Amino acid sequence: MTQDETITTPLAEELGAGGAQVREGTPGDAVGGRVPRYVARPPDTAAAQALLAAAHRRGLATVVRGNGTASDWGAPPRRCDLVLETAALTGIEHAAGDLVVRVGAGTPLADLQAELAASGQRLTLDPLVAGGTVGGAVATGLSGPRRLLHGPLRDLIIGMTAVRADGVAASSGGRVVKNVAGYDLGKLHTGALGTLGLITSVTFRLHPLPEALRTVSAGAPNPETAQRWTHAVLGSGAVPAAVELDWPETGPLTLRVLLEGAEGGIDARARAVAELMEGSGISEGAPAQWGALPGAAGDTLLKAAVPIGQVAEAARLLHEAAQDQGTTAAVAGSAGAGVLLAALPASAGAASVNGVVRRVRAAVEGGVTVARPAPALADAELDLWGEVPGLELMRAVKLRFDPRGLLAPGRGPGGI
Amino acid sequence: MFDEGEGEPRMPQPLTALIPRLREICGDDGVITDRTRRRTYESDGLTYHASTPGVVVLPTTTDQVAAVVRLCADAGVPFVPRGAGTGLSAGALPHSEGVLIVTSRMRRILEIDVANERAVVQPGVANLEVTRAAAPHGYYYAPDPSSQQVCSVGGNIAENSGGAHCLKYGFTVNHVLGLEIVTPQGEVVRLGGKAADAPGYDLLGAFVGSEGTLGIATEITVRLLRAPQKVRTLLAAFETMDAGGAAVSAIISAGVLPAAVEMMDALSIEAAEAAVACDYPPGAGAVLIVELDGPAADVDAQFERATRLCRESGAFEVRTADDAAERARIWKGRKSAFAAVGRISPAYIVQDGVVPRTALPDVLRRIAELSAASGIRVANVFHAGDGNLHPLVLFDDAEPGASERAAEVSGRILDLCIEHGGSITGEHGVGVDKACQMPEMFSPADLETMDLFRSAFDPAGIANPEKLLPTPRLCGERPGVRKGVHPLVAEGAAEQF
Repeated sequence: MTQDETITTPLAEELGAGGAQVREGTPGDAVGGRVPRYVARPPDTAAAQALLAAAHRRGLATVVRGNGTASDWGAPPRRCDLVLETAALTGIEHAAGDLVVRVGAGTPLADLQAELAASGQRLTLDPLVAGGTVGGAVATGLSGPRRLLHGPLRDLIIGMTAVRADGVAASSGGRVVKNVAGYDLGKLHTGALGTLGLITSVTFRLHPLPEALRTVSAGAPNPETAQRWTHAVLGSGAVPAAVELDWPETGPLTLRVLLEGAEGGIDARARAVAELMEGSGISEGAPAQWGALPGAAGDTLLKAAVPIGQVAEAARLLHEAAQDQGTTAAVAGSAGAGVLLAALPASAGAASVNGVVRRVRAAVEGGVTVARPAPALADAELDLWGEVPGLELMRAVKLRFDPRGLLAPGRGPGGI
Repeated sequence: MFDEGEGEPRMPQPLTALIPRLREICGDDGVITDRTRRRTYESDGLTYHASTPGVVVLPTTTDQVAAVVRLCADAGVPFVPRGAGTGLSAGALPHSEGVLIVTSRMRRILEIDVANERAVVQPGVANLEVTRAAAPHGYYYAPDPSSQQVCSVGGNIAENSGGAHCLKYGFTVNHVLGLEIVTPQGEVVRLGGKAADAPGYDLLGAFVGSEGTLGIATEITVRLLRAPQKVRTLLAAFETMDAGGAAVSAIISAGVLPAAVEMMDALSIEAAEAAVACDYPPGAGAVLIVELDGPAADVDAQFERATRLCRESGAFEVRTADDAAERARIWKGRKSAFAAVGRISPAYIVQDGVVPRTALPDVLRRIAELSAASGIRVANVFHAGDGNLHPLVLFDDAEPGASERAAEVSGRILDLCIEHGGSITGEHGVGVDKACQMPEMFSPADLETMDLFRSAFDPAGIANPEKLLPTPRLCGERPGVRKGVHPLVAEGAAEQF
């Protein structure tokens, strides 16, 4: 084969040389309005490595897709030449006795949970977005209500394998929970929206399914009361698994406290919590739609992570700022962990969205970001990130892992 | 002032030129050049690695740390951060031609913020001081390494320290929300704060446990936890380690998550008995300590279950503790075990390896076989809940060849950990001590990728060099470990942005 023939070999053939199925992109494959030239599905990690190496050689901007349920998170990529589908990178190795599972990134989260439940275990990650894959959940890095007790998603990850932009696969961590050998690179990939590499497998620590659940709920007259209740519940030693605030666009605010534990003690615990929340009621199990994102698909979703003593102020400001911008906000999230999500309807324009985030940023500590812009705002001038402390170091990390800037360019923090 | 004794290397030229500037930054009493005083810093808790630091500085503020590091960066001089020096992997081993930056004078607790459940501290604050300051408010700081009375929070950040209770509560990384760091270029950067989920890449999470190779933490924001309503502890005595191990499996499989599960074998019980008369049940081949904490109603329900499972697994005696004094009696033998071994052996090596919990019985049998075959006694004290072994390899350093044979056995135990899918370190860190064993756990590509990450923070390679990752100088030539800039950057194929 001569040099010329190599160059004229169809790109698709080169991309598929490692075993990946390659097809042409269609409008249905678009990410943030960019229709990729190719969509490729590697059958295993080795093929994914070959695919990424080829894309790297050819300078193709590559966006990873699990089940596509979070393709609209973060800024749309500046370019998208290739969509890499993880659907075939599946597999579950469950070490039940060790409360550990290693799982392929393309595995649907629901499949994983079903298999774990059969052994009386779970990955303590509330499904915020239905239908997602494990890799997608990790790349999105969003943690649900139970993060309060069991930690955010990143704390549940004990090992990871990811393929760098140049096709080199690298693992960190391991299969044991307690392990301090080497840098914990899994932390970097968690929430990086696929900008530092392709996550191919993740090893998680698991928890036993709780024997009993109770939910204590009460309507709060205002967010300040909800925050006061939260502080009282956390300070009581009741050890709730979650304390969730739910404040729709209009109507009353609800605070829900989820308790998990032994059957023998749960009712006494629930009664003790109920006494701290005026007008509360106790129900068995967790409420339906527990932890679901506020608003509807297609809304703009904001995330406000604040000190827990500023939750009320952040929630109130999200509501007020939305009204001042002529729109509305549905606010929900962990009052106990200080992480709120707010949905602004798709009709809210860029100026309104920017107005809301900037007003909240100016008033509270922490980070207020646009986690998921409405589709119509994909190319609008949105202030997604605000100031990102440590951004120069993040750029340096990106440069090492993806020196040509090919992995979801622009989608990372501060537009990396 | 720069007196150098016989056999002691002179202070290297680039360093002597820095001394006046270091004095301007840290003050005369903040710079140690005297050889004898420098030598007091020659090792951390792992004393068989020793090296006299070129110069020692004792800064009191972030600005001083940053100025010292900038000076090092400009001169291309390596620096090594050091907290209280209690580390067990020689992570704070000084560089003979570098600056040792000791945080022991940065020991103010800046804030106990009850409303936000946070404490803000300087790096030299001792771990236990955080809990002491939070206790009047009913809160505590969860990570509790066994050296918590003296070890510094900054050192805990570097090592991602655990402790007996990390089975339930996790490690340092799970409790740190914010850091102010001085980068290896001398810049002050804030990562996170009192809020969770700082925007962007989780550099904070990756910095914790980076062993001083990515910079120095100068201010630390940690989570405070509400003190549990109730704590109950049991001690169960078994005839064999296998029976004790079966009890651990039964408890964990039943969905009970204890705060701590600790186990000791006959030899370590014997040592503890000789040292502190802990009065553990006579004839025990293994003792298990199980501690439960949390809401009172929940603890009581789980405690009964754990007690029953111990008996069903063959415990011939179960003692319970419901108050602090009784609990201290149960913990006495366990907490004294390492020091107690000194009573029954002139010298010993403390190993730190991890295996999956289900592999514990097999690995313990293999260690016993190894001990029998080599004639080297091994006492086992370990965090059974998470499979973290701390075998104590006993030897007589006066006996020719004994220390080499002990080191051989200790190394073989780590091999067993790796063979069973575990780790070469659960909490002591890699440091210098295990850098050359990293390739047994990680591939060349893994290590190269870790090195890429390191170079993002420290392109010049001056922050605690020769630690954590293997280098040719330390371990001989190994494929796949590369230093310096990414080849694509070097060849001009990639842009700097």
